[in-house]
Amino acid sequence: MHTPVALLLELGLILAALSLLCALARRFALSPVPLYLLAGLALGEGGIAPVPAADEFVGTGASIGLVLLLLALGLEFTVPEFTVSLRRHMPSAGVDLVLNAVPGAVAGWLLGWDAAGILALAGVTYISSSGIIARLLDDLRRLGNRETPAVLSVLVLEDFAMAAYLPVLAVVVSGGTWQQALAGALVAVGAVGAAFAASYWWGHHLGRLVVNPDAEQVLLRVLGITLIVAALAETVHISAAVGAFLVGLALTGEAADRTRAVVGPLRDLFAAVFFLAIGLSIRPGTLLSVLPPALALAAVTAATKVAAGWYAASRDGAGAQGRLRAGTALIARGEFSIVIIALAGVHDDRLGPLVAAYVFLLAIAGPLVTRFTGGAPAPPQPQPPSAPAAEQRP
Amino acid sequence: MDVNEVLLPGVGLRYEFTSQDGDRIGVVALRSGGFELVVYAADNLDQARPVLRLTGEEADTLAEILGAPRIAERFADLTREVPGLSAGQVEVLPGTPFDGRPLGDTRARTRTGSSIVAIVRGEEVIASPGPGEVLRAGDVLVVIGTHDGIAGVEEIVRG
Repeated sequence: MHTPVALLLELGLILAALSLLCALARRFALSPVPLYLLAGLALGEGGIAPVPAADEFVGTGASIGLVLLLLALGLEFTVPEFTVSLRRHMPSAGVDLVLNAVPGAVAGWLLGWDAAGILALAGVTYISSSGIIARLLDDLRRLGNRETPAVLSVLVLEDFAMAAYLPVLAVVVSGGTWQQALAGALVAVGAVGAAFAASYWWGHHLGRLVVNPDAEQVLLRVLGITLIVAALAETVHISAAVGAFLVGLALTGEAADRTRAVVGPLRDLFAAVFFLAIGLSIRPGTLLSVLPPALALAAVTAATKVAAGWYAASRDGAGAQGRLRAGTALIARGEFSIVIIALAGVHDDRLGPLVAAYVFLLAIAGPLVTRFTGGAPAPPQPQPPSAPAAEQRP
Repeated sequence: MDVNEVLLPGVGLRYEFTSQDGDRIGVVALRSGGFELVVYAADNLDQARPVLRLTGEEADTLAEILGAPRIAERFADLTREVPGLSAGQVEVLPGTPFDGRPLGDTRARTRTGSSIVAIVRGEEVIASPGPGEVLRAGDVLVVIGTHDGIAGVEEIVRG
């Protein structure tokens, strides 16, 4: 076998660079996603260090990364978590949807885009990054706070909305008359419903297919099934990513736990390649021209997320500080806004750069803002050994 | 005691209770297997003050330390209800005759009238062990019976 030295070297250098960027981001409790995008920009056409040999691998790796990102999203769903969130936070989810999808849609309309562009941009501004935010709450030690369940519930319901949104977007983007789009959207929503029904009634059978004491077996089986379904979905013009998402939805219980554990590291690797590829596909020059609308959109939708979080936390009886913490926590956008441009990006040249700039701004600003608002947790104060307060208690 | 359970979607569960001293205590059980222990300031129940972060293994160890006296207490309660009956523990020492032999070979019940109701092996507890269960050095047999019966089992196992 001929060893492609250039490919190995370029890929090795890319991964080493990504690991440095990731470590840098984590050090400040930020998401590495925007840095991966930047790395892609730097490596692309007209960038500072082109990587011709690794190009093909990055392209292939990116489609696998997209499939794995959505498989993992589907795996996150558990029916009890969803129903509890829905029961308590249905109004919060509605407020969140209206306040945050509308600015995106209006911006798309102002930019003169068609229905697919408007729908895509509405999704981009609506979906918070559950990956960034869940990690942020853990890093900032806020899991015990009163507002945290409200924040997490809003995220779960957003992810659920994505289940219906992504297939519809995929169909609308693929074009055709509005009747075709409508029929396609109905089929897509039906597929999501079927995946849920399958997980509800036949989840344990599906689980038996996947669960095995051997981690290698679990990995091979899940990947095999997911890629086959993804390919089938692509051939019937529902995106491959959506097909993978349906597989994730259908897996529940122990099968989902095992799959999460074995697929996790693989997903992280290929997702990094995916973000890199998105960066690669954007010409750095176009970014400057979209910076003003991206800044305006980021400012508006940061404010609307704060409002949505404020409302959600107030429903759980949190005080003003807690409401502010909840609102600012929700600002971060990330992986799924990028996923949306991967599905719709071919549609308009300006969508990719605009969303990349937008995610770049909010994936960095979100964690920073939430970190410095709402008060830092006081360190636990050790009780003095002979606490007089204890004796005064009745 | 009133333990409040809060679902943290996608992350795990949080348990909250108020101690006798009036401290509001929270335990976050993460889906990834870790735990976080927090307390709340009396004047601000919104914001948790982090106390400890534990891996699954560390949490097990802590639970065992905190829970151990309770287990012994429960055994004491059980034997108090039946007069004349007591519980004892007999350790299988290395090099004694039953190290590596099945429990049935001791013929403990036939010879002493006492029952071996559990085997504690490290962190594991084998409840109602069958006669085929092979004993190992370091196992602790939990014996229920009369005082003389328990002493008899001890004599047999010690060799």
